Amino acid sequence: MRVTLSIPAIMAALLLSAAAGSAEQITFVSQGGAYQEAQTKAILDPVAKLLGITINQDSSPDAWPVLKTQTATGKPIWDVIDTPTKDCIRGGEQGMIEKLDFSRLPNAAEIPADYKTAYSVPYEFYSSVLAFNKEKYGENGPKSWADFWDVEKFPGTRALRSHPMATLEAALLADGVPADKLYPLDVDRAFKKLEELKPHVTVWWTSGAQSAQLLADGEIDMEMAWNGRVTAVIKEGAPIEYTFNQGFLQETSLCILKGAPNLDTAYKFLNAAISPDIQANFPAYIDYGPGNPAAYKTGKISPERAAQMPSSPENAAKQVLISVAWWSSPAGEEAQKRWASFIQK
Amino acid sequence: MAMSSVNPSLAHQRREARLVLLLLAPALAVVGGLLIVPLGWLAWQSVRQDGGFTLAHYARFLTDDVYWMTFLQTFRMAFIVTAAALLLGYPVAYVAAGASRRWSLFILAMVVLPFWTSVLVRAYAWLILLQRRGLVNTALTELGLVDAPLTLVNNEFGTIVATVHILLPFMVLPLYATMQKIPPELTMAGSSLGGTPLHVFLRVFLPLSMPGVVAGMVLVFVLTLGFYITPELLGGGRTYMVSMLVSRNIEVYNEWGAASSISVVLLACVFFIFRLASFVIPFERIMGAR
Repeated sequence: MRVTLSIPAIMAALLLSAAAGSAEQITFVSQGGAYQEAQTKAILDPVAKLLGITINQDSSPDAWPVLKTQTATGKPIWDVIDTPTKDCIRGGEQGMIEKLDFSRLPNAAEIPADYKTAYSVPYEFYSSVLAFNKEKYGENGPKSWADFWDVEKFPGTRALRSHPMATLEAALLADGVPADKLYPLDVDRAFKKLEELKPHVTVWWTSGAQSAQLLADGEIDMEMAWNGRVTAVIKEGAPIEYTFNQGFLQETSLCILKGAPNLDTAYKFLNAAISPDIQANFPAYIDYGPGNPAAYKTGKISPERAAQMPSSPENAAKQVLISVAWWSSPAGEEAQKRWASFIQK
Repeated sequence: MAMSSVNPSLAHQRREARLVLLLLAPALAVVGGLLIVPLGWLAWQSVRQDGGFTLAHYARFLTDDVYWMTFLQTFRMAFIVTAAALLLGYPVAYVAAGASRRWSLFILAMVVLPFWTSVLVRAYAWLILLQRRGLVNTALTELGLVDAPLTLVNNEFGTIVATVHILLPFMVLPLYATMQKIPPELTMAGSSLGGTPLHVFLRVFLPLSMPGVVAGMVLVFVLTLGFYITPELLGGGRTYMVSMLVSRNIEVYNEWGAASSISVVLLACVFFIFRLASFVIPFERIMGAR
């Protein structure tokens, strides 16, 4: 039954793709789920309309391994990916990602230099924030990583992500390193500070869903988690609060595959997707902030909504921008490898 | 005619052999395509780096302490889970084998029923039961048995509880299959010769049930070695097992070679365990002892 039913469907799909072949098109890849649905409405559909192109979508929770296999053949299927900036950089260095010609991306001009790399433009920002249970701590909850480390003043169960990125930074801030002097990270000092807290960490979470569940079930009293996950838990009615203070601002970026089948259209797409006007659509659909800060000047984002956005100028000022350049450097790679033995021992 | 010189029964045999081969072909294709080829690819990948031959991925087992520590923890876990499953499973199988047909069916159904529920669902169920504000801790605190909630999950303990629960049928079923075949007359004879129940059990029943014990232990042990969901969900990020090392190597470090070498070593461990067990009980009986 299934087979007989699906044959017309395949035929229709083939016909449609043949028809679309005449218009300009690209294949865009993101991480799937609610996030990709939100950006379809916020970014992809408006851009497709604006440029009159077809945007075929694919999703991959972790694009990196696929990226590697696709470019190994020299004939990738994907054009543009939305992925952590680190993958754009290491992909670029390994000849898998196109080096960007910024003269073809006029909208990138007003984006701060910190947010761009030779291979990528920022797409959206999220933040690793300190979240805590209001019932447990009342109005005087932990407000900094020094508080998070202070097990005397703030007793309770704690959770951190089982990943060194942002966690090492938090340890250094807790140890008194000024935010503007974090990089290059003093990895030894960070791990030493982490050893101090390790006996008091109940869970090292490995997925965003897990981090949300820990907060929602009251298993964990304070936690470093992604702001979108935290606000989702709050919307469900859990007594959770969070602060952007000392949060870690991280972005995913757009980059183009080396040998992309539709390179010209990919450039057009990139330029449109980072325009302030299109970027300003993000907050209407998801709790992740625009990658282009000029979006906050368009008037499309209300001040109340801006206050919840990790990348609004006010919130960005309280936070630390994760240095992807450092994490992509050999020292950063080394720190990642060291993480496994830190967790294991 | 040429046919007349051939022994007709031999021709028949050949024809039958061809037919058997033809019938086997789909199964062989599936095993070859879905098992042999990927495993071969895995082994190939584990000795490759940057287009050349290398043993660097295997050298890590000697140089990187994370690797052997993970294997150590995994084996430790497998021992504990196997022992717990045996202690819990033996009495169940014993009762089921001795009970009337109706009762034994009922007991086996109780054992097998959870087996049809997804492993993921069962792991989450344990999370809900065991967490700080879960059912067990709420009950204990409200009854005044404990002052503060116990740490029952997000550690090795929670992982063991859930893993034992999930793997228990693999212990009970081979045990039951073996015990059921032990003629009751033998234990009766032991009793009639003046043996106390304990003595008869230790001298007659227990030795006869050993093939089932070995089969169950091997199955549970081997399955625990490769377990992923329970340590990942209930281990709190600290119970680090081989399967997780494989997944981290791919997800975080993008080291396919390293991940492959770990898998190959784990596979070798499993083969070794089956080989050891086959000295005690033939391989077909481990897998077929139902």
